Amino acid sequence: MSTTASTPVAAPVQKLRLRDRIPVVHQLRQSVGLQRGMLVTGLVVTAIFVLTAIFAPLIAPYGFAQLRDVDGPFGSQQPPSADHLFGTTVGGYDVLSRVIWGAQTAILVIIIAVVLSIFAGVLLGLVSGYFGGWLDKVLVVVCDAIYSFPSLLLAIVMAIAISGGQSNLWGGVLAAALSITVVFIPQYFRVIRAETVRIKAEAFVESAKVLGASNSRIMFRHVLRNATRTLPLIFTLNSSEALLTLAGLGFLGFGIEPTAAAEWGYDLNKALSDVTSGIWWTSLYPGLAIVLVVLGITLVGESLNDLADPRLRGRRRVAQSAGVVAETSVVPGGTLTAGPGGLAGLEDEATFDEHGIEVKP
Amino acid sequence: MTSTTTATTGADPVRKRSTRSSGGSLGRYILIRALLIIPTVFILVSVVFLLMRSTGDPITAKLGGQVPPDQLAERIHEAGFDRPLIVQYLEYMGGVFTGDFGMTITDNRPVTEVLFTYGSATAELAFYALLVAFAVGIPFGLIAAYFRDKGQDALLRVFAILCYATPVFFAGLLLKLVFAVWLKWLPVAGRASTGSTIEMEFLPNKTGFYTIDAIMTGDPAVLGDVLAHAVLPAIALGLLTAGVFLRLVRTNVIGTLGTDYVDAARSRGVAESRLLRKHAYRPALIPIITVIGLQIALLLGGAVLTETTFEWKGLGFQLVEYIQARDFVAVQGIVALLAVIVALTNFIVDIIAALIDPRVRY
Repeated sequence: MSTTASTPVAAPVQKLRLRDRIPVVHQLRQSVGLQRGMLVTGLVVTAIFVLTAIFAPLIAPYGFAQLRDVDGPFGSQQPPSADHLFGTTVGGYDVLSRVIWGAQTAILVIIIAVVLSIFAGVLLGLVSGYFGGWLDKVLVVVCDAIYSFPSLLLAIVMAIAISGGQSNLWGGVLAAALSITVVFIPQYFRVIRAETVRIKAEAFVESAKVLGASNSRIMFRHVLRNATRTLPLIFTLNSSEALLTLAGLGFLGFGIEPTAAAEWGYDLNKALSDVTSGIWWTSLYPGLAIVLVVLGITLVGESLNDLADPRLRGRRRVAQSAGVVAETSVVPGGTLTAGPGGLAGLEDEATFDEHGIEVKP
Repeated sequence: MTSTTTATTGADPVRKRSTRSSGGSLGRYILIRALLIIPTVFILVSVVFLLMRSTGDPITAKLGGQVPPDQLAERIHEAGFDRPLIVQYLEYMGGVFTGDFGMTITDNRPVTEVLFTYGSATAELAFYALLVAFAVGIPFGLIAAYFRDKGQDALLRVFAILCYATPVFFAGLLLKLVFAVWLKWLPVAGRASTGSTIEMEFLPNKTGFYTIDAIMTGDPAVLGDVLAHAVLPAIALGLLTAGVFLRLVRTNVIGTLGTDYVDAARSRGVAESRLLRKHAYRPALIPIITVIGLQIALLLGGAVLTETTFEWKGLGFQLVEYIQARDFVAVQGIVALLAVIVALTNFIVDIIAALIDPRVRY
């Protein structure tokens, strides 16, 4: 019966129903009370953001680089009126239109940046964790060095190196996305590497080896499939970080040209001098757009994070009796790197818990 | 999980045994941890060196289009930017190891002087921001933990997420608009007004830290002026970290509130608010120490944005200008300093954590 022997041992015992297997739907059904409120709010805000980005050409009253219509130029720094609900910028653009078009730029950068960093980070983490040796040590030290450094500063240098500081729509979007990618790779690398090191020791990997499976088959079929559980969490939290980095780049003047695409950070940069003369509409709306989108995505990520951890799930009594809750969240500024295990994170895989997150040994 | 790991075949168990056998020695732990600072700084400086060289050269960035190409090439040759990259790299690294960071290309000053002048401004901003973060994050975190899962808690958690979701520069712009432009309570930008700056310039041994300099002038008006300038930037930058502190205090206080010794105190009839203040609060603060290392990186990144928003002439503000001018030497110097600061903070934090909790060193 060679056929049964060669089937992967890792196959789940029981298939869940489809609706329980779709990531967010399952969590939505699982959540209660306040947590459900947070998740739903986050999902609604994120959905609005995505819809705005997709239908920007239909919703926006003007183009993002449009300076005049049939009645003549819009004029500079016009306060909100019936023609321009959010007023016009110092450059004479319509603020509302640029806020709406900005969603499109934001979503493009987020998707490209996160997808690229997942691919690169997962691949590196998998290879590094599976083969170990000197390559693993070097990669860990390099990733730790990059991760500990202020990400925005690295992104600025990357942006300059890639685009030379100014660019058209795709050039700018790609430059911004790539700069963010480099900063994010270490995060995926760490998580996947830790998981790989753990799974490598499992019995089903051993048996696959005994059966003569190749390294690549073991890595991608047996290890990778079991190592990706925490990815959705990092994915959502990284999306919001990607948007903040993009806005930061734009604000410092290393982003996308205003005629190539609408970008909220850039608009805020131009609004810097308006504020001093009391002009509020040029900064308020792009800024609120950033806050809302980051808030929405973060709420989704937070809720998924809490729901993934049974001790944080919304059952009051259970949670209280669970006692000391290890800091395992992958929240922004959380403990992923800090490594309560300290040096152990570099030398000893025993400091990672079953979620692949570093804890005290 | 530990048992399965140690059961693996290959070199791993051997290596592990060797680390274990030397376990328990704090001195060795500190030594290894200190040695790790070197590769961290080395890697970052190398990465930035390579990236900056790929962006062009400072002479073209400054004179491009103004002088004929052959003259431009000559100037680049004189400055040595046409030599092989590896030669330039070795030369620069050699300088760094002897403490010589070179001269800035754009304004021809020693990099160490630039670091000292602007570093003090950034350090001052970061200090005030941390004060704000502690003052907001810790009490609010305690309140959130006390009212766990009630309205106050929900409100404060949303506040914490808002702190994170609001870009520093947008928070800065709003604060500026409301408190500086509309209400006119506080100055719009800068570190001090012209009068105070002049007064501090004449100090015999000025430190560059405006607060200290202002105290040394002995003029309360100058001190007031300097402090008033620091309020809005400190709040803008501090709130970013305050959100993180709030959540951390909340999670940890909830954790300690569930421990046996708190239960024991509760059964003795200790009031709930006293439990919070006297029993659960202190042990919950320890994890904050361990995340401060991370927060320093976040603060330094945020400082670049805050400094640009408020024209606070610090390292971040200057870094952006130097990057735009392609001043490699200055950018590398600033990055090296920031890398050292981040690595040192993490080192100190790890040592403190090891002193508090023996399980960390092994």
